[in-house]
Amino acid sequence: MAERRPPTLRLVAAQVRYQNRVFWRTPIGAVFTLAFPLMFLVLFNLLFHGTIQVAGRDPLTVAQFYAPSLAVFAAASATYTNLTVGTAIARDAGILKRFRGTPLPPWAYLAGRVGSAVWIAVLAVVLMLGVGVAAYGLEVRAAALPAAVVTFGVGAACFAALGVAMAGVAKSGDAAPALANFTILPLAFISDVFLPLDDPPRWLEGVADVFPLKHFARAFQDAFSPFTTGAGFRWSALAVMGVWAAVGAVIALRTFGWEPRAQRAGGRGRRASPSRGR
Amino acid sequence: MPAIHIEGLVKRYGGLEAVAGLSLTVEEGEVLALLGPNGAGKTTTVEILEGHRTRDAGRVTVLGMDPAAGGRAYRERIGIVLQSSGIDRQLTVGELLALYAPLYPRPRPIGEVLEIVGLTDKEGSRVKTLSGGQARRLDLALGIVGGPDLLFLDEPTTGFDPSARRRSWDLIDGLRSLGTTILLTTHYMDEAQHLADRVAVMSHGRIVAEGTPDEIVGSARGTAVVRFRLPEGADPASLPAPFSGPAGPGAVLETRVDDPTEALHRLTTWAMERGIRLPGLTVARPSLEDVYLELTDGGGDG
Repeated sequence: MAERRPPTLRLVAAQVRYQNRVFWRTPIGAVFTLAFPLMFLVLFNLLFHGTIQVAGRDPLTVAQFYAPSLAVFAAASATYTNLTVGTAIARDAGILKRFRGTPLPPWAYLAGRVGSAVWIAVLAVVLMLGVGVAAYGLEVRAAALPAAVVTFGVGAACFAALGVAMAGVAKSGDAAPALANFTILPLAFISDVFLPLDDPPRWLEGVADVFPLKHFARAFQDAFSPFTTGAGFRWSALAVMGVWAAVGAVIALRTFGWEPRAQRAGGRGRRASPSRGR
Repeated sequence: MPAIHIEGLVKRYGGLEAVAGLSLTVEEGEVLALLGPNGAGKTTTVEILEGHRTRDAGRVTVLGMDPAAGGRAYRERIGIVLQSSGIDRQLTVGELLALYAPLYPRPRPIGEVLEIVGLTDKEGSRVKTLSGGQARRLDLALGIVGGPDLLFLDEPTTGFDPSARRRSWDLIDGLRSLGTTILLTTHYMDEAQHLADRVAVMSHGRIVAEGTPDEIVGSARGTAVVRFRLPEGADPASLPAPFSGPAGPGAVLETRVDDPTEALHRLTTWAMERGIRLPGLTVARPSLEDVYLELTDGGGDG
């Protein structure tokens, strides 16, 4: 019977299409992921003028600073936030359990989710950079384009792994949005994403240096900076994100579950005490 | 080879045995209803068979495979309709079937599945616009779209109105005629009686009765229930055995008797000798529900 099995690649592609479809039919998610960062780009370009100076960095124009950093934020939203929230909600709704009862290999389901999240991230980044180029004079250097692509790939993989990990950590679908936002938003503020910090407290800088967002943002900014010479790869930033990707994968393997965890109000509860079946 | 063969199944949660040495066989093409109050271990048992849960002891063979180790090959041959499975409400009925059908090596044509469950005219509708009954039929559609040899149905009509229930029963009857083996859990005796070839009653993690509904009713203590109202002026103390006992005038007496012929003869003789009538006299077999309640100590905590 094995020879009549659907080819694995087709299964994964179908899962990616399925998750994309769910994404586009949930307008609130699309708005937060795509429109929100774009709105920030427009606002910051209205509010700030001249050069943006971050301590120890080259001076950049508003567009050179914000288009890449907000693209990184959008990519992190599309992967980390959406995977944490979407996966935890699907788990609590029993959608994961339904798939677990079918021949779909579990990894193919996750590959579909991650693939879709990365695809949305690509769209968000292209949208952000496109508006940056068209409206705010951002310049794309061909020589640094491979570095931009690789940085995006490693960063998206890192935040996708962390998103699946956080979905496993989240006790319920209700808790997941809070968990995702309470981690990514403060991090964004100290990681040169929303605000250029010219004299941050040393310890806060240290905290930001540990986490991957600042490395993602700076490496991506460098790929579009006029001061960057050569290919523009930032290997240490890529290494930090690679380590976090591995950390995320390990946590995901240990915490991920297919069974709903939250008690459903009004419904037949999951066993309240372990001895109770139905 | 039976479709399901279980011997000495044990599942513990902490120190408690949710399933305590259960043995059960379901033949191919058979519809078996697993009855039992909440907490009897039904769900745990079924989830072990579905491969959702591991067991602590016992032998389990389903379709010739061990559900705990069968993996993808096993899931290609079963269909699961749970009460608690979620569904993406943003998608349409047709999109969902097109998503699940290709997961199986021999899926049923989607049009055929829609027809079986009566959702043909809802193919283009989003799930969030379906009624509760339609959503449950979609659950069933997703359970059978892979053309399963064995179908697990978890309380398929809980919360249905009587006509929706009737329709679902017809539908499940239709699946039986396609040769699908069905393991059904339910709280409803009439559902078990209507749908199942055989019934297994679970209590405290074990099977306490098993057989056709008729056999289970027949095996119970007392083969008939005699019921009548004690007329005014009759002396309950003078009633013949097994009817005698304390009762006020006008009381409705309900008595289980092992030999209804003899018992009725004594009762009617007693009445004729005194020239009294016995209003509302009926003789009935105990219902499956009577027997079920007896077997499960009054229905448990449900």
